[in-house]
Amino acid sequence: MEVSVTVNGEVRTADVEPRTLLVHFLRDDLGLTGTNIGCDTSSCGACTVLVDGRSAKSCTMLAVQADGADVTTIEGLAGEDGLHPMQEAFHECHALQCGYCTPGMVMAAVSLVDEYSDMDADGVREGLEGNLCRCTGYQNIVKAVLAASE
Amino acid sequence: MTDTRVAARTGTAPRIGESARRPDGAPKTSGSFAFSSDLWHDRMLWGGTLRSPHPSARIRSIQIGAAVAVTGVHAVLLHDDVPGQKEFGLEHRDQPVLAGDIVRYEGEPVAIVAADHPEAVRMALEAIVVDYEVLAPAVDPMTVEEVEPIHPDGNLIRRIHLRHGDQDVVGDVQVEGTYEVAMQDQAFLGPESGMAVPADDGSIDLYVATQWLHSDRDQVADCLGLEPGSVRLTLAGVGGAFGAREDLSLHVHLCMLAQHTDRPVKMVYSREESFHGHVHRHPAQMWYRHHATSDGTLVRVEARLVLDGGAYASSSSAVIANATCFAAGPYRVPSADIDGAVVRTNNPPCGAMRGFGAVQTCYAHEAQMDKLAEALGMNPIELRLHNALEPGDELLTGQTITGTAPVAEVIRSCAEHPSAAAIALDPMELPGGAGRTAGPEDVVRGEAFALGFKNLLFSEGFDDSSEAACRLEGGVATITSACAEVGQGFVTVAQQITREVLGVEEVVMAPATTATVGSAGSTSASRQTWMSGGAVKEACEKVRVQLLERVAAQQGADVSDLVLVDGRIVSLAGGLDIDLAEATAEPVEADVVFRHAQTWPLDDDGQGNAHVSFAFSAHRAIVDVDTGLGLVKVVELTTSQDVGRILNPMQVVGQLEGGAAQGVGLAVMEEVLVVDGRIRNASFTDYLVPTALDMPPVEIAALIEQAEPGAPFGAKGIGEPPSISSTAAVAAAIRVATGLDLPRVPVRPTDIVFPEGEA
Ligand code: FES
Ligand code: FES
Repeated sequence: MEVSVTVNGEVRTADVEPRTLLVHFLRDDLGLTGTNIGCDTSSCGACTVLVDGRSAKSCTMLAVQADGADVTTIEGLAGEDGLHPMQEAFHECHALQCGYCTPGMVMAAVSLVDEYSDMDADGVREGLEGNLCRCTGYQNIVKAVLAASE
Repeated sequence: MTDTRVAARTGTAPRIGESARRPDGAPKTSGSFAFSSDLWHDRMLWGGTLRSPHPSARIRSIQIGAAVAVTGVHAVLLHDDVPGQKEFGLEHRDQPVLAGDIVRYEGEPVAIVAADHPEAVRMALEAIVVDYEVLAPAVDPMTVEEVEPIHPDGNLIRRIHLRHGDQDVVGDVQVEGTYEVAMQDQAFLGPESGMAVPADDGSIDLYVATQWLHSDRDQVADCLGLEPGSVRLTLAGVGGAFGAREDLSLHVHLCMLAQHTDRPVKMVYSREESFHGHVHRHPAQMWYRHHATSDGTLVRVEARLVLDGGAYASSSSAVIANATCFAAGPYRVPSADIDGAVVRTNNPPCGAMRGFGAVQTCYAHEAQMDKLAEALGMNPIELRLHNALEPGDELLTGQTITGTAPVAEVIRSCAEHPSAAAIALDPMELPGGAGRTAGPEDVVRGEAFALGFKNLLFSEGFDDSSEAACRLEGGVATITSACAEVGQGFVTVAQQITREVLGVEEVVMAPATTATVGSAGSTSASRQTWMSGGAVKEACEKVRVQLLERVAAQQGADVSDLVLVDGRIVSLAGGLDIDLAEATAEPVEADVVFRHAQTWPLDDDGQGNAHVSFAFSAHRAIVDVDTGLGLVKVVELTTSQDVGRILNPMQVVGQLEGGAAQGVGLAVMEEVLVVDGRIRNASFTDYLVPTALDMPPVEIAALIEQAEPGAPFGAKGIGEPPSISSTAAVAAAIRVATGLDLPRVPVRPTDIVFPEGEA
């Protein structure tokens, strides 16, 4: 099936099998390997991207479901003048160690901050509950999200 | 040449003691960092593994005809196709690369396939027909020593019967207990993956996420029947490790398929396969009896420890050594009888995980200390302080602590730290959150304390040296080391050390590969800051000496008058001021192998100077428990740790927070459920790891800084202690809240609701 998805501002068209997951389309067809896969059960959030501005686990969606949609991956977050403030905050606050959860965590955080203003630490924790991090214990992630939301 | 000679800096790049940011932080936050799962080659094939569905079975026959016939399949390989040594292993080569005529655990690799598409791989794996004669698995570690050996090496992997001091000592007060720790998974977030690329000359390149490049390389080479130099192993981006990548997983499989097909081959495990594809934390069954005088002085500890090693040895020998040597905790214990055994069963193989061996016994010895405090009518903190180890004291192994041991400081600072834990007013903050049924009046709170310790670096005579090279050219330093960066932040610290010693701003970390440098040893046992950090420090110091000698000779200056300051070489007496970039237009290079102080094997009584150094930590936990549903919420976690010297405050705190999260997980939710040798929860929906809502903020009460003799810059490794005392503290707090014994972690809701086991 042919799908046409706007990925990071560029229209990308490809012929995919109907069962292709969005995450595989991004990684294998488009070579956007910043989006990671950490589980088989939509539990970890490593694959989180923005679909039409809202965070979605790209392993829970078929590529064909994203047909016509606007998808932003971690690669599309930085602007002309460098990293997105959320990326900058993660780096600054040491909100990553291995970094495997980071792309998904950053995308989920961007969507969260976009949706709710005036977040407090508890709100950030609730909002990121669907994204696992095994390295950091989350404390610096919460710190980074709060810093970026100011 | 002392460090004080490098003075008066003006540079901005952070050095020792400062919170330098990770050099890989920008690529990791922008998505450009290449993890091992991101490897790609235009000519590559995909690999896959057929695993045994049985924990114990004889293989009568394997038919691969139908699999070979699947369109797109390039290779189907079996045990007999392993070109060299058929077994691998960290300490004992006892684990088949591919099962021969017997399988010993559920998930043991039996066949491997390469095909041009992952779907073809799956179809081929399904088309392989294995005729198994299913056997009754030996799964009970308590009785397995008495049954028929399940492996030619026998069912006992290692026993250490430690006897220390006068064996006839009896205490006025005795407390006894039996404890159990379940199997924990490292649950790193990036599943096993890698790529092998064959070269024309018969050698091979392997790109893989690992903790120990050279050990992998040597084992792979043996199994391929190649010289070590013919296998070039390069570290691919690592998505966490925590011990699970110290053993081989897909390494030899990838190389065999690549050699056989003469094509690059990539393999990526699914999460489910990952649960079968790496070793776990050893489950433990432990019996203890503590003896004390009526004033609370420990006089003797007896213990029987049985660790389930699963089907193959992995690092079991080191794990049981830690469990046994540190069985009584960081206390003065003049008499001990500790019988530690790690046995072989048909359960999944167990090996390294953060704090290996010490995590299990800490949970037990701290429960015992609380029990003893109660029996004595003594405050549990006072009891710990009263018996706390000090420098100059003897360990159970008879070894005297010659380095730092600020145990009392760790206890006091943590115990006295003010608590900020409020009573939850928002019902969402009660145990169970949105799914709760209890009101605030049904929730009980508990607070408790635990203390733990462990050895740093490898023990028992092991020479785990680390090599590093430094090249200074054009004012830029390049560091080459095969130390595996797995997220811990070695790359950050190596840059800081280099800047500190050489006064340079720009430090380049060369790729970690066996092709360019000797072994750095394993990224485990909290050893890399000390060992590879030490190697980097010495290599840089050697470069500094060589450079200053060269400049002194060129300029006719006195070498003792020259110093390196912020990219310049200046003479203290004045008159000389040379730009470092110019002075190193012609490069200066040095290569060193760093070793820690020698250690010795344990004797027949488990006695000997087996360890290099020790690190201590304490946690205080506050929990809320809904006793109706058995739900636990960890409200607050406070910690103090003995860190030697802090090289990077932000990274130290990050390790303490992350390590504590894994400890909380083991205390209340993490368990690989193994029933009759089969893993029942090989997914992240059924194996629970703490989320942001499960983890409370970790309060750092104190980082105790006392420079450790022999450690570069005095810094101790800090990665493991946070996972050691945290589990024990949380379990103890639940005990205090509920008044239950809770002799097993993780504490399950049923343990709270049906404490007698009546379900
Ligand atoms: S890969 Fe784990 S949620 Fe998508
Ligand atoms: S940084 Fe490793 S999983 Fe989050």
